[in-house]
Amino acid sequence: MASVSTRAGDTGGTIRRISALLFRHPRLKLGVVLGAPLLWFTVVYLGALAVLFVSAFWRLDVFTSEVVHQWGFSNFETLLREPVYRIIALRTIGIAAAVTLTDIALSFPLAYFAARIATPRVRKALLLMVVIPLWANYLVRIFAWKLILSPGGLFDSAANLVGFSLQIANSNWAIWITFVYLWLPFTLLPIYGALERVPSSYLEASSDLGGRGWMTFRRVVFPLILPGIVAGSIFSFSLTLGDYIAPDLVGNTQFIGTVIYQSTGVANNVPFGAAYAFVPLIVMAVYLVIAKRMGAFDAL
Amino acid sequence: MESKLVRWLIRIASGFTLLFLYIPIFIVVIYAFNNSIGQKWPITDFTTKWFGVTWHNDLVRSALTNSLYVGALATLIALVLGSAAAFAVHRFSFFGRGAISFALVLPIALPGIVTAIALNSAINTFQIPFSLYTIVIGHATFCIVVVYNNVIARLRRTPTSLVEASMDLGADGWQTFRYVTWPAIRTAIIAGALLAFALSFDEIVVTNFTSGTELTIPKFIFNNVRQPRNRPIVNVVALAVVLLSLIPVYFAQRLTGGAAEVRSGAAAQRQI
Amino acid sequence: MSKLRRGLAVFGVLAVVAAACNNGNGGGGGGSGTSGGGGIEPVKTFDSIGATEGELNLIAWNGYTEDGSVSEAYDWVTPFEDKTGCQVTVKYADTSDEMVTLMRQGGGTVYDGVSASGDATNRLIAGHDVAAVDPSLFPDFPNVIAPLQPEGGTNNAHYVVNGSVYGVPYMYGPNFLMYNTDVVKPAPTSWDVTFEADSPYKGKVTAYGTAIFIADAAMYLKTHNPDLGITDPYELTQEQLDAATELLKTQNTLIGKYWTLYTDEIDGFVNGSMVVGTAWPINLSYAEADVPVDSVIPSEGATGWADTWMISANAPHPNCMLEWMKWTMTPDVQGLVAVWYGAAGSNVKSCDVVRAALGKDADLVDTVRYGNCGNADFLNSLYLWKTPSADCGDSRGSVCMDYSVWQQKWTEITGS
Repeated sequence: MASVSTRAGDTGGTIRRISALLFRHPRLKLGVVLGAPLLWFTVVYLGALAVLFVSAFWRLDVFTSEVVHQWGFSNFETLLREPVYRIIALRTIGIAAAVTLTDIALSFPLAYFAARIATPRVRKALLLMVVIPLWANYLVRIFAWKLILSPGGLFDSAANLVGFSLQIANSNWAIWITFVYLWLPFTLLPIYGALERVPSSYLEASSDLGGRGWMTFRRVVFPLILPGIVAGSIFSFSLTLGDYIAPDLVGNTQFIGTVIYQSTGVANNVPFGAAYAFVPLIVMAVYLVIAKRMGAFDAL
Repeated sequence: MESKLVRWLIRIASGFTLLFLYIPIFIVVIYAFNNSIGQKWPITDFTTKWFGVTWHNDLVRSALTNSLYVGALATLIALVLGSAAAFAVHRFSFFGRGAISFALVLPIALPGIVTAIALNSAINTFQIPFSLYTIVIGHATFCIVVVYNNVIARLRRTPTSLVEASMDLGADGWQTFRYVTWPAIRTAIIAGALLAFALSFDEIVVTNFTSGTELTIPKFIFNNVRQPRNRPIVNVVALAVVLLSLIPVYFAQRLTGGAAEVRSGAAAQRQI
Repeated sequence: MSKLRRGLAVFGVLAVVAAACNNGNGGGGGGSGTSGGGGIEPVKTFDSIGATEGELNLIAWNGYTEDGSVSEAYDWVTPFEDKTGCQVTVKYADTSDEMVTLMRQGGGTVYDGVSASGDATNRLIAGHDVAAVDPSLFPDFPNVIAPLQPEGGTNNAHYVVNGSVYGVPYMYGPNFLMYNTDVVKPAPTSWDVTFEADSPYKGKVTAYGTAIFIADAAMYLKTHNPDLGITDPYELTQEQLDAATELLKTQNTLIGKYWTLYTDEIDGFVNGSMVVGTAWPINLSYAEADVPVDSVIPSEGATGWADTWMISANAPHPNCMLEWMKWTMTPDVQGLVAVWYGAAGSNVKSCDVVRAALGKDADLVDTVRYGNCGNADFLNSLYLWKTPSADCGDSRGSVCMDYSVWQQKWTEITGS
């Protein structure tokens, strides 16, 4: 293909020569374009992860308190044998699911309002308002909830005003509320994006064909926005699944993340922590495969 | 389209969600003015003295500088590498493509503690000294993913017919990129960059394991939020960060002309 | 789909190659990958102090390194900085786990030293993370309380190993029982109010939230269940550990919240959600400003901690660290810390400094509130924190449970 230059002067000469060269040698182009990120990722990230997950098959020698590089399954045997690890895993997954569903429920009205009801100016303001809390530091937001939920705090005072006393500090309820709050903007934005992309022509066509509001929603809108909902849910689910800071601060029980974290201190049992890390890895792998099938990756 | 009742229900529910989003922010703001050191409710004494104290705190200033530097560098690396990866995966079909696009979701999908421990071991094993650059490495890992996701999502929505048309009309690779591709992905790149910077600025989980003694804003907060006497300073820092963040977000809105319009523009394209 | 499978195969090959090439630092173990064998030899011994380097990075418990920013009168960092030119930066940690992890970062090149408690010290020594020192470098060593003396001390196993001295003793103190005097009546004399299922304070009990707390349960069983034959609460056989775990599972039903952040316990007592439980002296000092609390060593005894400043084997600023160790052994510094923190200084001369500071309350120095300063019998009565290891250290041999097993038991207690 001849590349006819329409530009006066020679200023783009070198660039054009390089681009022509790359065009003639697509594999070179691929190599240049992909080489750097691939190198980065393989060496730094995947390599480190590989070593960590390989160490799950090693074990801690309880007599020398040192990690022994012998292939074995002792960590996995412990995880399967002791019921507590199943309980903790189920608790973490359960709360992650609850957080995800709550986030979707809380996001949806606001996303719908912003995408389809609000005027452009209000919409811009609303999107801004959703994103601003993300800028208040993660830890500070957790401590704010610790304060709100503490005995005698805002939540307690408000409950007393209405006439009942509800102590949820340091319980799984507190963890649930905190996580719902932390990840709400992450869930909302993809849902907003999906709602906004529904062409009005579809809605008009549906009403022309006789569909009333709820039927239009169920048959037309919902299937179109489902990938966006699933995309938003990836964040709230995976971030809850692996967190170890929030459960420690506002809760009083063990999560997958806290168990992994505690095994790496004085216990020096990184192989055990790495073995337990397989649980969120497998759960997320399954989740992501399902999400991809539902088209969520296109709706991020 | 929707009935009036439904609209009002949506309005009320949205209001509730917004209220929920902002109650803790309200707490952070008013506790920055709390005179007493113990964090009790309700506040009886208000003061602005903590702002002066925080401003004169050297650690806060150096943490802020570090955070800005690390964020900018990580975002830059993420922009280059993430966009490159997005183009590669979108345009070409090659061995390992599926694995690569899967691997590029890992940093977000895996628990932060796993990434943190893995990177920490790697840094220890290769005896790399901890510095701001090890922090950048840790941040760039998920920043790349964020930019990659944004750019590839946009690339998938940009019709390739435009690129072909451009070539047919005589433009070479560089011109096509500059006049056709870039305007289409510009807002996705800006959105990705903003999100990457925000994630880096707020990151604590991986930073704890990759920073050594270097201070970033989240680390400063992590260290001090457990000291009862430093909590007011922490609240002031948090408030300041929120206010400061309005600046880049405002510019982003200006630059992208409002993401809303661009997105609906793309949707309009599809209807053609 | 086949491309994905090929990609995964590549990943798998990479993993195996990485494993084969990895030469012994098992993912985060830092310096502990080398095999120790029998006796532990120090990787390095510091026997002289040279020119200072201008900087010092420490890991410390909260309250151990005050620089006047909290209260102007309590500052023993600024005078040190003026005297030696070493600018001090401190990273606070809430648990020994954190301290060990931090010390190991960068192969020990990030932090110069740590105020380690006994459960961390042995870990760090065995892992070759800390260096030995020559006691003659520190003129205050002869004034250290008898049980902690390197030569002939009865309670020095946490920092003296095979004759090598791995640091300088700093403060020590008990994990006493703190209680709200308005709510907990009569004043408790036993730990049973925190352990027994029929405790009247169910839901408002607290305990220290790491695995080392199992030793407190073992100590309780030593008195209440002598058939188990527990002698040292840190050296437990499987049977003894299981019994302690059962007791702690009972306690778990009484607990409102475990505390690891010391501010959690202070806040808990102040807002009334906690009324009785294990506490550190500094928690008492802060809490009593807002709520009437008192402390007691119950009849079963108490666990405790003796903290040692240890120097990293690869410290980037070793001379500054050695100067800091010398500085913190002086009676004036330890006295000031004692008044602030409520612990007892290992330097017996510091007790008089505390008496002078307390003025008319000088008698409190001889109570548990200030750790019975200078009282060697009291120190010997405390079950000081140390790392449980498989070697029981007595005639039983190597049948005791390592700390990693304790950690798993703790997960069982708190995670179910």
